[in-house]
Amino acid sequence: MALGTTTVEAVLVPRRRPLARLLRGAWARAARLAESVPALVGVGIVGFWVAAALLAPMIAPYPPNANDFAALANPRPSAAHWLGTDHLGRDLLSRILWGARTVLAVAPVAVFGAAILGSLLGLCAGYYRGWVDLVVSRVCDVVLTFPVIILYMIILATFGSSALNIIGVLTLTKAPIIARIVRGVTLELREREYVAAAKMRGESGLYIMLVEILPNARGPLIVDMCLRMGFNIVIIGVLGFLGIGLPPPDPDWGGMVKDTYGMMSVYPHMALIPCAAISSLVIGFNLLAIGLREIGQRD
Amino acid sequence: MTEALLALEGVRISYFTRAGEVNVVPGLSFTLGRGEALGLVGESGCGKSTVALAIVRYLGRAGRVVGGRIRFEGRDLATLGEEELRGIRGRRIAMVYQDPMASLNPVMTVGRQLVEVPRLHEGVGETEARARALRMLAEVNLPDPEDVLRRYPHQLSGGQQQRIVIAMALIARPALLIMDEPTTGLDVTVEAAVLDLVRELRRRHDSAILYISHNLGTVVRVSDRVGVMYRGELVEEGSIRQVFSNPRHPYTRGLLDCLPTLGRDKRRTPLLPIPGQVESPSSRAPGCSFAARCAHVEPGRCTVGAIPTETVANEPGHRVQCVRAGELPPWRRRYVEAAEAGARAASEPVVALDRLSKVYRPRRGLFGAQADVRALADVGLDALRGQTLAIVGESGCGKSTLARVLSGLETATAGQVRLVGTDVAALPVDARAPSLRRTLQMVFQNPDSTLNPSHTVGYAVGRALRRLRGLSAAGAAREVGRLLEVVKLGPELAGRKPHQLSGGQRQRVAIARALAGDPEVIVADEPVSSLDVSVQAAIINLLTELQAERGATLLFISHDLSVVRYLADHVAVMYLGKIVEFGRAEDVFAPPYHPYTEALLSAVPVPDPDAQPERIVLEGALPSPTEVPRGCPFATRCPRKVGAVCDDTPPPEQRLAHGHRIACHIPAEDLVRLHRAGVPAPTGA
Repeated sequence: MALGTTTVEAVLVPRRRPLARLLRGAWARAARLAESVPALVGVGIVGFWVAAALLAPMIAPYPPNANDFAALANPRPSAAHWLGTDHLGRDLLSRILWGARTVLAVAPVAVFGAAILGSLLGLCAGYYRGWVDLVVSRVCDVVLTFPVIILYMIILATFGSSALNIIGVLTLTKAPIIARIVRGVTLELREREYVAAAKMRGESGLYIMLVEILPNARGPLIVDMCLRMGFNIVIIGVLGFLGIGLPPPDPDWGGMVKDTYGMMSVYPHMALIPCAAISSLVIGFNLLAIGLREIGQRD
Repeated sequence: MTEALLALEGVRISYFTRAGEVNVVPGLSFTLGRGEALGLVGESGCGKSTVALAIVRYLGRAGRVVGGRIRFEGRDLATLGEEELRGIRGRRIAMVYQDPMASLNPVMTVGRQLVEVPRLHEGVGETEARARALRMLAEVNLPDPEDVLRRYPHQLSGGQQQRIVIAMALIARPALLIMDEPTTGLDVTVEAAVLDLVRELRRRHDSAILYISHNLGTVVRVSDRVGVMYRGELVEEGSIRQVFSNPRHPYTRGLLDCLPTLGRDKRRTPLLPIPGQVESPSSRAPGCSFAARCAHVEPGRCTVGAIPTETVANEPGHRVQCVRAGELPPWRRRYVEAAEAGARAASEPVVALDRLSKVYRPRRGLFGAQADVRALADVGLDALRGQTLAIVGESGCGKSTLARVLSGLETATAGQVRLVGTDVAALPVDARAPSLRRTLQMVFQNPDSTLNPSHTVGYAVGRALRRLRGLSAAGAAREVGRLLEVVKLGPELAGRKPHQLSGGQRQRVAIARALAGDPEVIVADEPVSSLDVSVQAAIINLLTELQAERGATLLFISHDLSVVRYLADHVAVMYLGKIVEFGRAEDVFAPPYHPYTEALLSAVPVPDPDAQPERIVLEGALPSPTEVPRGCPFATRCPRKVGAVCDDTPPPEQRLAHGHRIACHIPAEDLVRLHRAGVPAPTGA
């Protein structure tokens, strides 16, 4: 049947343009976010900060590290400095906008790193079980039992603090949590009949893990990545506050709080504004996670 | 005549979804008298359960009764307040659902849950409630009620749990008992026992029963009247005898024609599946709702206006909603009169099992070793080229383990599996040569998990073609269309994902996937057990046709004896990992029977009020596979047990004509005689 075969090929051809397919799928999924109020609010908040980060060079009124010593007489919000300045006379609005760039560059990369490492570990542990599971699970347990902040301090004190090192540390400490989630899902999915069917046609373990199991673990994974994003933003803030975050003078929300919290009683805005920025972004990602879970449960 | 206990008058039920109102029941009327039993049958999605839920107003937030009245004991249930409704639910109307575990609280003892019912509904004191609970447990034939009261639900078997749920429903002496597929998850012998119990309890308590099932055979066993539902409408209604011996509606006839029964086999009475599938309730064309699938449809008459419900001439109470009911030719049951040997070419074995054993060793715990589980014990079988070998038995008999060992998903502990000459017993599937992998492929049971929800149909089938036949991506894409046509699916389905397909379509795709490598042996593990009868018939026919065309050997694993009778050339009956009877289908399904086969056959629900078999009651539960009896595995439950020899000595394998084998101490001639003499009385409790 010539007609039949052409139809099939027509159906299968889009596989050759995976990007277009992927984008279409992503758009269809994104459109579903509109079904959940928390997700919509989350998208709004996160979208606001992403836009701020992307447009910072264009919309920031001042360079982030420029001092306006004239403003130091009264650093409170004014017409010249909408959010006021900090103790060195640097424009807070500009520093917040530029600071969004650092957070939104470091946090997602660290989350993706943790997701990739964690998924691989979790898939192997759940699929092969036995000693692989034993080793992976125990190593994860050990990492998770360490007091996280002390661990960061040790690692960053040893290797110095840079964006790359922060990403590395976050990846290593978050991967075990993701590994546990993926392991649990894998243990269940490996007993599905389609996995047995894949074994029957002689597929390798790697294929089964990545092509048969991982796509079906996507739901809980994406929700967890949103939550992890929030945690990472908090930790980046904490590291900045402890002075082992990104090296100065580049703006970093946590560092901004650290530099100015001594003046809390006189000029509270200097510390509170970066705090508010951190909180809003964390809340935004958490709402997104709640919304995604809601939509997932509806299916 | 007194007023009916329950009367539905033009009830309309809708679900409200994001897409708008979906009318699932467009107008349903029926009555149920006091103490009467009405069965509601139909395929899934025809609104049976919705009606049951609507009666007790459990439809949930999305569902609502949008029209008509549901009158119970003279009161309209739709207008009652929550408080009054609570007084009726559980006390006047009780429900029994399919999954007993979902009705029982896992953290409360059975006793507390049972005693609670009369205390809550009738304010009865603790001691009296307890006494009533004990009496009720004895009535549902549970041995040692005192002991059962102290147990938690998970300590009981599925059949026992369902008895507890029935006891809980009846302890409040309800006027109406609604049973929604109460035996669907149970083994055939357990099912038969529960059905007997329901019948017996009906005689004793005068509760009316609304019995909902997709299984026509079970309905015959418990009801006086039956209503056939299609897309929310009652298309035919009447006494069991009227409907089953003179079905007037084409849908009822379709259901009966597509049902494999013990009297049918594939050579002489092919199943006639109903074409198409139950259409979604969101779009309703005017006229008869069955018109799109009906063979007798007459445009102009069937497809316009509302179809009136009329009483069949000379049959009071037999009502049909079909304009052509009077014109249809009389219906005849399709039976093979006597089983006789069909001509069958002799052929060589493709799969040969020899003394195959599989033992699971549970992990050693802190407190010493647990006993081994013997899933397969010395199984010997041959499957001949181009023929169908069926393996039947109840759950836990080892039939699925056998399939997994054959397919290499598990390896045997001892013995041989010769697959086209190579011993694969110890070869896991990834250690098998590609050509061997191609030789044997599997079709799985569960249409929901047989296909990966993330992959399209085209990918699933195409991947199998590339792996098993080594085709290129383009070659596979071409071949996918051809394979989908082989399993009678349109090639446009290649782009769909499993959630866009019906259960029957998914199972067809799974068959196409198994066929990708042109296998010589197809192992099908319960491939039709979770499908509706009409879909089941189509899949069975497909398997039969494919086998005839391709000459493949089919190993068909099933608990359903009717399907096996229809499909199989050879049958092996398994019990506790052992084969107790093996032979050609016509020999296994005729005396002499192994006592276990005999009991299984007597338990099969038969959709014919005039051919109800005499029931053989099996005592007790399947022994745990960790403590298999030393002698005959069936000795602990056998109604024909001879004596100590059954407990102590493994039975000899009696070899009869045509390779028929029975493992039993009783000589074959005596088994025939015993069967003729009838059912033995159960010996003690």
